[in-house]
Amino acid sequence: MATFNTNQFKGGLKIILDGDPYTIVENEFVKPGKGQAFNRVKIRNLKTNRTIEKTFKSGDSVEAADVLDIDLQYLYHDGEFWHFMEPNSFEQYQAGEAAVADSAKWLKAQDTCHVTLWNGAPLQVDAPNFVTLTVTETDPGVRGDTSGGGGKPATLETGAVVRVPLFIEEGELLKVDTRKGEYVSRASE
Amino acid sequence: MSAGPRQWRPSAAPAVLAERARLMGAVRGFMHEAGIMEVDTPVLVCAAPAERSLESFMVADAGFLVPSPEHGLKRLVAAGLGPIYQLGHVFRAGEVGRWHNPEFCMLEWYRPHASMSDLIDETEALIAALTGQMSGHRVAYREVFSDCVGLDPLAADAGELAAAARRLDVAPAHMQASDDRVFWLDLLMSMVVQPTLGHDRPVCVTGFPVDDAVLIETDPEMPGTGARFECFWRGVELANGAQELTDASVARARMDREIRLRESGGLPPVPVDERLLDAMSSDMPRCAGVALGIDRLLALHLDLDALADVLPFAWDRR
Repeated sequence: MATFNTNQFKGGLKIILDGDPYTIVENEFVKPGKGQAFNRVKIRNLKTNRTIEKTFKSGDSVEAADVLDIDLQYLYHDGEFWHFMEPNSFEQYQAGEAAVADSAKWLKAQDTCHVTLWNGAPLQVDAPNFVTLTVTETDPGVRGDTSGGGGKPATLETGAVVRVPLFIEEGELLKVDTRKGEYVSRASE
Repeated sequence: MSAGPRQWRPSAAPAVLAERARLMGAVRGFMHEAGIMEVDTPVLVCAAPAERSLESFMVADAGFLVPSPEHGLKRLVAAGLGPIYQLGHVFRAGEVGRWHNPEFCMLEWYRPHASMSDLIDETEALIAALTGQMSGHRVAYREVFSDCVGLDPLAADAGELAAAARRLDVAPAHMQASDDRVFWLDLLMSMVVQPTLGHDRPVCVTGFPVDDAVLIETDPEMPGTGARFECFWRGVELANGAQELTDASVARARMDREIRLRESGGLPPVPVDERLLDAMSSDMPRCAGVALGIDRLLALHLDLDALADVLPFAWDRR
């Protein structure tokens, strides 16, 4: 079991605490002139995404987390798992619902996603910041209406629903900001 | 060693280094006006202080780098030199962080025949002269501790302190309940109490617990308390002063205790400073002394928030 000593603590280091993988967000060395040294750290749980503060006695060891961030290509969803592939090694990974979470509605085959692996398995999948998706269903717009005011809902090929300007029609390709879940523009493809 | 490109440039901005120079001059001016003489005792010495949590750098075939000029200054006091100060670099191994650089600048001074209270006055006057910040407001350790933690630090046992640490969410991960009172007091003081101190102006806290006292007098009026004070500004420890111990046999017994605790804590043993004990046995006058972190004072005065911002070359690029 690999371990880290508190004197190796720094932002980005991945550790295991109470069975969960954490990343160190901030590390502060605290020592009174006459007294024990401690490390006060802010750590983010990579499973729940919650940040907590923890104190360590300086010189203590913690278990290192086998956490790796890689880019994977999304392949398909088989109804239960979402399948990804590392484009250079062709190694395949499958991610469950907890790992994919809200990203599921933005995933289109061939898109490259940032994936966090824990012990070799996907822990968290991040959809790309911008995706290009086809409108599969939306009410027809009024020809010539480019006012854009108000907008209307549109369902995209992945099942995601976004508000779009009134002039957008079914079959059009849109650029969407996945972090905000918002229409950006027509795609120039 | 930090990753990343090698940095040859200074850590502190040139304007800050100019302020640093001005501060050094102002310190010397204050000391001169106060009738305290400058001395420069060795930074490379034979013996490291016997303290359970202090790690001194060892220099092969020569000894140790001083974590404080205390021992040399006390020997000079015992030799009859009168009020003296040292302004220079000291060294503490393994202490790197926002407010810690293993090599830092310490101002330390001693006044024979003075009381701790006299030195608190003088520390406050010094800080005011250097930064314009008036303090003049003192609190008792017992009071601030019990206000923040809800326990009497002098009476509570290790179990109660540990429970408080857990309740306040500062108990270290992987910590088995420790029956070391000093450990829990240090932890609660550093994590819970200290951040609340000196928010607007520097504040001096008096009456630290005597459990880990080595070279300080105990307070005759408050059992369990040492005649020791610390000064804090914006949650940062600036200075540490005391009524100094002059009884060599008490000192030796405490040093032996600290050396045993070093060993059980995994720190290498250190030789006892016999020359200091000789000086203490030689009719050393009652005296009080203060050690103040110059870099921290400068950083806080300039509203900077790390030691590296006031050092010519911080540890990572020395």
